[in-house]
Amino acid sequence: MTLRAEDVSWAAGGAPIVRGVTMRLPEQGVLGLVGPNGSGKSSLLRLLAGLRRGTGGAIYLEDRPIESLRRKEIARRLAHVEQQSDIDISLTAREVVALGRLPLRGAWNGWSTRDEDAVASALQRTDMIDRAAQPWSTLSGGERQRILIARALAQEPQELLLDEPTNHLDIRHQLDLMRLLGNLGTRIVVALHDLNQAAAFCDEIAVMHHGQLVKQGAPEDVLDEELIRKVFAVEATISHVGCGLRVAFF
Amino acid sequence: MALGPFLLLSAVALVLATAGAILLGEIAVTPRDVTRTLANRILGLDLEVDPIREGIIWHYRLSRAAVAICVGAALAVCGTVLQALLRNPLAEPYLLGISAGASTGAVTVIVLALGAGALSVSAGAFVGATVAILFVAILVRETGGGTERIILAGIAGSQLFNAVTSFIVTSSANAEQTQGILFWLLGSLGSIRWPDAWLSFPIMVIGLAICLYRSRALDAFAFGEDAAASLGVDVARVRLELFAVTAFLTATVVSMVGAVGFVGLVIPHATRFLVGPAHGRLILASALAGGVFMVAADVLSRIVLPGQVLPIGVITALFGAPAFAAILWQSRRGR
Repeated sequence: MTLRAEDVSWAAGGAPIVRGVTMRLPEQGVLGLVGPNGSGKSSLLRLLAGLRRGTGGAIYLEDRPIESLRRKEIARRLAHVEQQSDIDISLTAREVVALGRLPLRGAWNGWSTRDEDAVASALQRTDMIDRAAQPWSTLSGGERQRILIARALAQEPQELLLDEPTNHLDIRHQLDLMRLLGNLGTRIVVALHDLNQAAAFCDEIAVMHHGQLVKQGAPEDVLDEELIRKVFAVEATISHVGCGLRVAFF
Repeated sequence: MALGPFLLLSAVALVLATAGAILLGEIAVTPRDVTRTLANRILGLDLEVDPIREGIIWHYRLSRAAVAICVGAALAVCGTVLQALLRNPLAEPYLLGISAGASTGAVTVIVLALGAGALSVSAGAFVGATVAILFVAILVRETGGGTERIILAGIAGSQLFNAVTSFIVTSSANAEQTQGILFWLLGSLGSIRWPDAWLSFPIMVIGLAICLYRSRALDAFAFGEDAAASLGVDVARVRLELFAVTAFLTATVVSMVGAVGFVGLVIPHATRFLVGPAHGRLILASALAGGVFMVAADVLSRIVLPGQVLPIGVITALFGAPAFAAILWQSRRGR
């Protein structure tokens, strides 16, 4: 198993945010992390990325506790895309993507053709190559999100963790983004709000509630009316359409 | 502008500014005096030159220009690094109160006669600078960050440390020493001699090298500390290391020339505009431009009022304060 959480807990200011989560990533494909606001999705992602140190339990990357690894080693394996990111200085889209090459370069190494190719490929895969020369401040919310994903791809990670990447995007860009993630061929953990998107695009779903992992598995095994009522406090009906699920709320 | 042409232009400007710093002043010297003095001192020749003029050129003006270059470079690099670490376009040693803290530390050592010599004054300045950085960092962290808060914390720190400095100097020093308040609050290159240059040069080079080594980590800070960590930066370590370098450089500067403001603000912004935001280029370019700016400011401080030398901090503030306002204006419009 590549990346897993073993009974991991985390508290902020005395309040428990993540409580005893044990979770494994599927060998391949997309794992959707769903749950209401404040259920601990973002915190769990930060713990998985090694950006926070758990107050209990541990995160393992290739069976080694993540805190025993150097930041650079982690960054060569795993990329994390935050929910909201902004900069004060003026960088072009391409310069932002190029930041993704930092963990793979030494302090004095020059910019290699391999770096160049990785950046070009990341821009290509996120369909942002035409916007490469544009300053960050002129990009729309959706374009920024794509550029941040391109930055993560430039790290050539084996695991990609994304915190609600579809926030603030219109429906077309949301769907484009989810399709993009599905086609990347990288192991992905993505926090999502929309249960229908999670059901449609994720190979597995993990449901968080009050900092705990309630259930994990294939969408059709995880999502049912009772769980939605318990976790999200809404009534829903679930119907099977084609080879997927459709959740309707009322 | 590409880095190459910028460095070439800066180098030319540095030579011209240094030539101005040696030639201009109350006592006129000719280029011939200068070349002869340099030939005598550096090549060990024995060309005929007026000994008083040779003394002024070698002991006063050249050493002063050399220290001005190091000081300007150090302050500009400090500003660049602080702006990146704190993600704040207005961060620089003077506005954040680090220079004021260093002044207080240095004055405390001098007045209380703790140890003797330049080294203990520098150590005092370093302790003061470190306390000031901690003051700002803790105040900002506890109040939730943000551009305005950092500057407010800096103002609070500056006022506090300047008050302490003034109190110590006024209460414990004699009338002549009291004159020194101006030195610690506004800076002066008046007392610089060669030993200062021999001390400041290696410190500036080492500080510059460490900052250049960490320049890519600074690039990663563009999106904040978590993003830097996900890009492989050991955030706690880099932050500690660079805050220490900044405190050390500022302390060295302040113990030699007092608190000179705004160099760390104006220069990084001007060079960022010219060579772009990548820190490898930016730090190198800022160091050179900072050196040029400081030498030029020193020349101005000596020739603006005939027969008088203005504190160099007055000149840098005359350029820096409008630049501060312009940056503030721009960041408001960017919202």
